[in-house]
Amino acid sequence: MKWTIEVGRYDRTAGDGRGEVRSYPPPYENAPQRRYQTFEVDLPDHAMVLDALIAIREYQDESLVVRCACRSAICGSCGMWINGAARLACITKLREVARDGKVTVEAPPSMPVVRDLVWDMTPFWQKNRAVLPWLENKEPVPQGEEYRVPNAAMENLIQEVSCISCGVCVMDCESFAVNPDFLGPAALAKAYRYVADPRDAKTHERLGRYSQPNGVWDCTHCYECVAKCPKGVAPMEQILKIRKLAVEAGYRNNSGTRHAVAFAESVAHSGRLNELTLMPKSFGLFNIRAQLQSLPAAFNMLRAGKLPPLLHPKVPHVERIKAIFKKVGGMFSS
Amino acid sequence: MKVAFWPGCVSKGACPELYVAMQKIAPVLGLELMELYEAPCTGAGVLSEQNPELAYSLNALTLAMAEQMGADLMTICSTCQGVLSGAQYHLTRDEALRERVNRTLADSGFQYRGTARVKHLLWLLVEDVGLDRVAGLVKRRLSGLRVAPFYGCYILRPEEHLGLREKPERATYLEKIIELVGATPVEYHGKSKCCGFPMLTFNREVSLKMAGKHLLEAKSKGADVLVTPCPLCHLNLDGQQPDAARVVKEPIGTPIFHLPQLLGLAFGFEPAELRLNHHVVNTRLALEKVELKV
Ligand code: SF4
Ligand code: SF4
Repeated sequence: MKWTIEVGRYDRTAGDGRGEVRSYPPPYENAPQRRYQTFEVDLPDHAMVLDALIAIREYQDESLVVRCACRSAICGSCGMWINGAARLACITKLREVARDGKVTVEAPPSMPVVRDLVWDMTPFWQKNRAVLPWLENKEPVPQGEEYRVPNAAMENLIQEVSCISCGVCVMDCESFAVNPDFLGPAALAKAYRYVADPRDAKTHERLGRYSQPNGVWDCTHCYECVAKCPKGVAPMEQILKIRKLAVEAGYRNNSGTRHAVAFAESVAHSGRLNELTLMPKSFGLFNIRAQLQSLPAAFNMLRAGKLPPLLHPKVPHVERIKAIFKKVGGMFSS
Repeated sequence: MKVAFWPGCVSKGACPELYVAMQKIAPVLGLELMELYEAPCTGAGVLSEQNPELAYSLNALTLAMAEQMGADLMTICSTCQGVLSGAQYHLTRDEALRERVNRTLADSGFQYRGTARVKHLLWLLVEDVGLDRVAGLVKRRLSGLRVAPFYGCYILRPEEHLGLREKPERATYLEKIIELVGATPVEYHGKSKCCGFPMLTFNREVSLKMAGKHLLEAKSKGADVLVTPCPLCHLNLDGQQPDAARVVKEPIGTPIFHLPQLLGLAFGFEPAELRLNHHVVNTRLALEKVELKV
């Protein structure tokens, strides 16, 4: 079968006349331009995107730079943008992504690029290091035998230990796209791995550390990393687990916790969300700066006639809802 | 067609224009809305994060109320849809959970059986009402209007909760509707990205940057207006737009329509009837393109 592969190339000669030069729209407007070259390859119906890239490098243009090793989603080398979405080239079939036989590949615009399809993983590893990804042994360390832990405790970690550090989740993380300081899905999923490991002695400190700015509360809950991760790590789910554990451990002096508490109080009280009190309560009533910052928007909405009703009536038979809260426990039970 | 109608807290709160527009278009579409006045907030993912069983129980109550009405449940909010779909996904697969939840509900007089489907208006339009039928209702073609779809997150992800594995075309319904009303869909990367609303109170700057950047992208592709199936996206994209513009340091001025407002215009309603004069971002320029005034 014939396939058309459009490759976004980046090197010092980008814009030298070979191929069409394009830049990125927001939020990637600062990413360097790529020049897009088109190649035709003849490959069977079941071929992967990586097969096409290797075929191009071997038989058409040996200057094409692509990073790969295992070809089976184990080494985590070939993460890239395929038709504008983060994927591993080695397990993405041409036929599942091709539009009219055409596939576009490029280094993700959210990451610094080394050359062509190879992006710089330095920020990725920096973030991994920042979560202190090693065990702080609980004392006493068993002598002459292994640390024994219950099976169930390890089963809880299976999702995270499947991570191959490919960076696919990070390159399409929404929060990271506009805030490069965000620790990001892969590192925070890794963080959960140590939080939940019964052998670790620093669980409490870790929870505090990860609750700081650019940590778990900077995840926007968009499911993008869950959808994109090729190994089922579901980083967002691990982030939410850390949030819950951190709140339970008493790290509550943050707007994330206040927001959750105010939300639950409102629903428990009236059955519905009271938008009018949710925002101010989330900021903390004495956080004057945040309160002031949110005022112009509130004023704009008031002027447009969009402010929630001042009276927040309870839904009829709210006692049913209250009974559920009572039985299942309010916010921080279970 | 009768549907159990769950308007969600936001259409009853900070986005009353959505509720009004839905009430206008329902009779035109032949939808009889039986509103679930007694149902609780879905928890919007906030409650399920700290206490999943609480959220499952609350949403099971809502689903059971729809079952008792003998109708499918219709939402007009992606976030409500996502949470209800997620609850139903787990409740149908996990028998032990279902039993616990039904024990919790015992005193309420409701029991969850799983007989009602949950559908966002967007899905219902295409899958139940039918595009041909909707096309036949168009009285005013919005020719020349360039409309950028903004799906946001919770009507697309996670795919397995939202039936996108079985029906991947659900990720294209907004474009179908835009074409059907005679307008031109604008293609851009940010259409299925996060509006930033879920983290507005956690990190205002980052949240508004997300909103601002998607708006700038759509604008740079020539969009006159965005249309969204989610009122929470609307809160960030419209309600916070002046602040978002300050954060991204560029003027934006692109209005956001709720899905029922776009349909309402095509069905011949006047902008003011759809409360298009009650947005933070002025809708005048976009409406002038289709020779309408607010
Ligand atoms: S869910 Fe959170 S961590 Fe995952 S991509 Fe979205 S913002 Fe990033
Ligand atoms: S979590 Fe998944 S996508 Fe992210 S680095 Fe690990 S394997 Fe790759």
